Amino acid sequence: MRNNAAISKGIDWSLVWIYLALVLIGLSAIFAATYQEGDPVLQSFIAFKTDYSKQFYFWGFALVVGFFILLTDSKFFPTTANFWYAVGIILLLLVFPFHSSIKGTESIIRIGAFNFQPAEFCKIFVALALAKYFSHPETNFNRPGSQFTAALFVLIPGGLAILQRETGLALVYFSFFLMMYREGLPSIIPTIGFAFAILIIASILIPPNILAVLLSVIAILLIYFSRRQIRRRRQILTSILFIWAIAVGIQRFAVPFIFEKVLQKHQVERIYNLFGKDNPYDPQQKALSEDASRKKKESGSSYNVRQSKIAIGSGGFFGKGIFSATQTRYDFVPEQRTDFIFCTVGEGFGFLGSMLLLGLYLALLMKMINLAERQRSTYSRVYAYGVLSVFFFHIAVNIAMTIGLAPVIGIPLPFISYGGTSLLTFTVLLAILVRLDADRQMVLR
Amino acid sequence: MAVYNQSRSNTIRLIVIITFVVIALQLFYLQIVDRRYEQLAMDNAVYPKVIYPERGIIYDRNGKAILNNTIIFDLMVTPAETKGIDTLDFCRLMNMETSEFRKRMVDAILKNTSVRPSVFKAMLTKELQARFEENSWRFPGFNLVERPLRTYPYHAAAHILGYIREADKRDIERSNNFYRQGDYIGKTGLEAYYESVLMGQRGVQYMIKDNKNRLVGTYEGGEYDTAAVAGRSLRTHIDIELQQLAEALMNNKVGGLVAIDPKTGGILSMVSGPNYDPNDLSGPDGSKNFSRMQLDVSGPMLNRAIAGRYEPGSTYKPLGALIALNEKVVSASYGYPCGGRYTLCGHGKPECTHAGGGHAANVRLAIANSCNAYFAHIYRLTVDNPRYKNVYDGYLHWREYMNAFGLGVRLGVDLPNENTGGIPDTVVYNRENAGRWTSCTNLTLGIGQDKMQTTPLQMANAMCVIANKGYYYTPHFVKGIEGEGDDDEVLLNRFQQKHDVLTNIPDIVFNEVIEGMSDVVKVGTARGAQIEGVEVCAKTGTAENYTILDRRRIKLPDNSMFVCFAPKENPKIAIAVFVQNAGFGATWAAPIARMMMEKYLLDTLTAKSKIDSARIASTNLMPSYFKRLQYKEDSIRAFKWFQVTKDSMYIDRFSLQEPARGPRSPFRKTPTEPELPNWVKILSATSLPERGIEKLKTFSA
Repeated sequence: MRNNAAISKGIDWSLVWIYLALVLIGLSAIFAATYQEGDPVLQSFIAFKTDYSKQFYFWGFALVVGFFILLTDSKFFPTTANFWYAVGIILLLLVFPFHSSIKGTESIIRIGAFNFQPAEFCKIFVALALAKYFSHPETNFNRPGSQFTAALFVLIPGGLAILQRETGLALVYFSFFLMMYREGLPSIIPTIGFAFAILIIASILIPPNILAVLLSVIAILLIYFSRRQIRRRRQILTSILFIWAIAVGIQRFAVPFIFEKVLQKHQVERIYNLFGKDNPYDPQQKALSEDASRKKKESGSSYNVRQSKIAIGSGGFFGKGIFSATQTRYDFVPEQRTDFIFCTVGEGFGFLGSMLLLGLYLALLMKMINLAERQRSTYSRVYAYGVLSVFFFHIAVNIAMTIGLAPVIGIPLPFISYGGTSLLTFTVLLAILVRLDADRQMVLR
Repeated sequence: MAVYNQSRSNTIRLIVIITFVVIALQLFYLQIVDRRYEQLAMDNAVYPKVIYPERGIIYDRNGKAILNNTIIFDLMVTPAETKGIDTLDFCRLMNMETSEFRKRMVDAILKNTSVRPSVFKAMLTKELQARFEENSWRFPGFNLVERPLRTYPYHAAAHILGYIREADKRDIERSNNFYRQGDYIGKTGLEAYYESVLMGQRGVQYMIKDNKNRLVGTYEGGEYDTAAVAGRSLRTHIDIELQQLAEALMNNKVGGLVAIDPKTGGILSMVSGPNYDPNDLSGPDGSKNFSRMQLDVSGPMLNRAIAGRYEPGSTYKPLGALIALNEKVVSASYGYPCGGRYTLCGHGKPECTHAGGGHAANVRLAIANSCNAYFAHIYRLTVDNPRYKNVYDGYLHWREYMNAFGLGVRLGVDLPNENTGGIPDTVVYNRENAGRWTSCTNLTLGIGQDKMQTTPLQMANAMCVIANKGYYYTPHFVKGIEGEGDDDEVLLNRFQQKHDVLTNIPDIVFNEVIEGMSDVVKVGTARGAQIEGVEVCAKTGTAENYTILDRRRIKLPDNSMFVCFAPKENPKIAIAVFVQNAGFGATWAAPIARMMMEKYLLDTLTAKSKIDSARIASTNLMPSYFKRLQYKEDSIRAFKWFQVTKDSMYIDRFSLQEPARGPRSPFRKTPTEPELPNWVKILSATSLPERGIEKLKTFSA
């Protein structure tokens, strides 16, 4: 009893309630997406057969793990953070010789009946290790050296994930830059990143030659309007010319390089499809006729998005109800129990249901920010922001891709998507946060 | 690290909120503003499955179903589910080459993908169906699917009933897209004429399909479904046993036969030769037989009873007599001194089979002896009637009579494609004779020749007019419609209407002609049509005819014709029989009509008739020139085929056979010995209808 009181002391119950609500929504969504009429529901739970029953057991396991985390001393996390990080990296490396042959990915290790994805887990360790690094008294994030080290923490697992052909997961690691921004990453870096993104989108939408001309015109106009300042300071002219050269260079060489060499073909296609364009870097696509390329699109990645939009759009305001949702029940949306699970919610519960889910997520994220800001120790705050970054990225990108706002990146929707690893990962992330928050008066190093 | 970056927490809050607002806006747009997605989802997942109603049945006058529905099975295949079956075993079971099996599988996959079922073999024969059913457990992925089929238990009345086929593009357009691809539609005969009654109403069942277009259940528990309404049945005047007899008698003959009940206009029987078994077009070999028959020069699909144009020849003579008597250009006792030919026009034609002996001493005798000179003369007297200002006027007047008899006009029988026959206008003669012609020009109209053309139906109807002494009902088949409504009255009312076309002719005049026709049977040309105890009134006819073959005009055997009604008092049946290229009217057409009357009036054939009927039924009177014509047509088609496809397969086949003999064409079934001609069955067993029903029962069981 005493022990119990000790655990529950300081725990932020609102987070727990939100968590429970989300997991229950997730379970029912998976149930709706996979239940077939006449399935023996009870038997399937015993037999560990259907997806919803598996997810239920995963959840049970995740709850146990979460409970143990709540029992753990807060000091345990900063102390062992670097160790966990090392474990994570080793696991990621172990994937290369031991990965299983599951479609399109080399990131999964198979142990018995369980598929196990270290890149998914590793998020926890990165969050822990980064928090540890930032809370270190010697770290001064204003120094480029520290910035570089912090970036390395993220880039190593991110790079490994890319090598495992899990670009989606790799991008999650880059979401930690949101946390770094909070911790004083110079504004110039996100600005450059933003400009870079704009430039890439522009080079997708505008033919390269015209874009080059446009950039040049902008540069000339800039020089013309700032001619007075330039007269006073020559450097401005140089920097304008420098930026112009970089921009044209990126547009001319970097973008083709990324699309041709770094990203995989289907990923480039998804990005282009998002903007309603054909992939110009696909030599086959060039040869295809208009009609054939349209057909290809319909069957390719944009088919997912199209079907997903149809499913969500047809939900209307109130939704069709969980068992009348024809699009999701009859498999029109591929991957609908995992990455496209939001369709089930959108079709079955309509705008109302989607808003409710969105509201829950917003409450979760806002709560995390508030919670982060009330921490006394840097460690807890940085960790909280790390968790926030990961959650925000997952939620925003996942939902945005199902409604055609983001390219299709295979990342799950926290607590909703089917998948044991992701449920466990998010539960652990949240549980540690709740644990740390419970001891927010403590200063952790 | 200090918390001096705390302001940035607000920036992060802003980023999160903006992102969520953008997502919410897009959701608002997708789910509330843009309603397209609802429709797209319906198209995706809901399949309106058409439920075909059962077509109406057609009954004969005694309530026997002469056309019925049954179920036949299509063998369907879902290629993805057939993995691991023993192909060789399957092929052996289904009598199929393995190459054929592979081809059909590929076709099925191309057509419907490998996860959806497609037709592997349409309309299995009963034997194959039974074989498959026994072994179906060994062949997963294959299953049987019902399809409705028309059956004809009496194997008769093909031309009357017509046939149904899948609606083609033109049918669909004509119906304003009411019909759809795959619907069946009546193409000819009663099936076409009463299509709206027989077809019923389609139902729709909304089914849910999955991402691979497989049907997985009903949509909303069938709330939006509409049930199919079965087609309604027709009751007809047809006497199916009479029809069967008529078809047996017309076996292997070209021509037409129509039997009408003069009191109602109801058609008892109608045969067109050459004929076919209606089951041939609806069974598994339906399309094969269809194309074979379409390419047959003898035209088995043509209903000659309503669309064949024949010179009526002497069968016209009673009408000529009636007109002349009514116009009072002659009296009943008028005689013509015929010396074997008609001399008044200077060319000594037409000739007459009789000479002297007073064979045309009065109307009765002239009809009985069928004196050509007499009728040519009274035709001239009719059109040259001094009451009219000239021959043209007189001719038009005569023509009016003809139209009143129903010749040269469409009678309005309830079958499509009825021919008007032909009684030419003066315009035609004006054109051909530069406007100057006399009654001598078209003299032979008086003996039913020249440009006079009639259909068997018209002549049978003309007999009705004489039998009824002046009126007729539009000849028709359908007596009533099941569950008759107001719409149906439009269809049937006109058959209740009495056409008093010639009631202005006094009964005395009719009686004179009827007596003459009675004499034809008693003492005249048609003594072979005598029936004991029944007074038959009839007229024979024989018309010369020619055809042009290989650029030569060749004379063909005469057309044999016979028209009659019986009994004389209170007539119950009127018949017209036309047999092409058979010889004298008395030789072929007359006995056929006699047996029809015996069957209908006495309900049985006499011993003599039974022998006669067997003889007639087994006689092949198909004109020999058809063979040559078929050969020509087929070889031309083979050549055209070669021109289009550069495939000389058909031509090669031709060059291997002897042209003179050769009706063996690649498009025709090689004529084989028929296992047992239809007529033998009919004549040897009166209980054939019952047997037919039994057969049907076992079939559907």
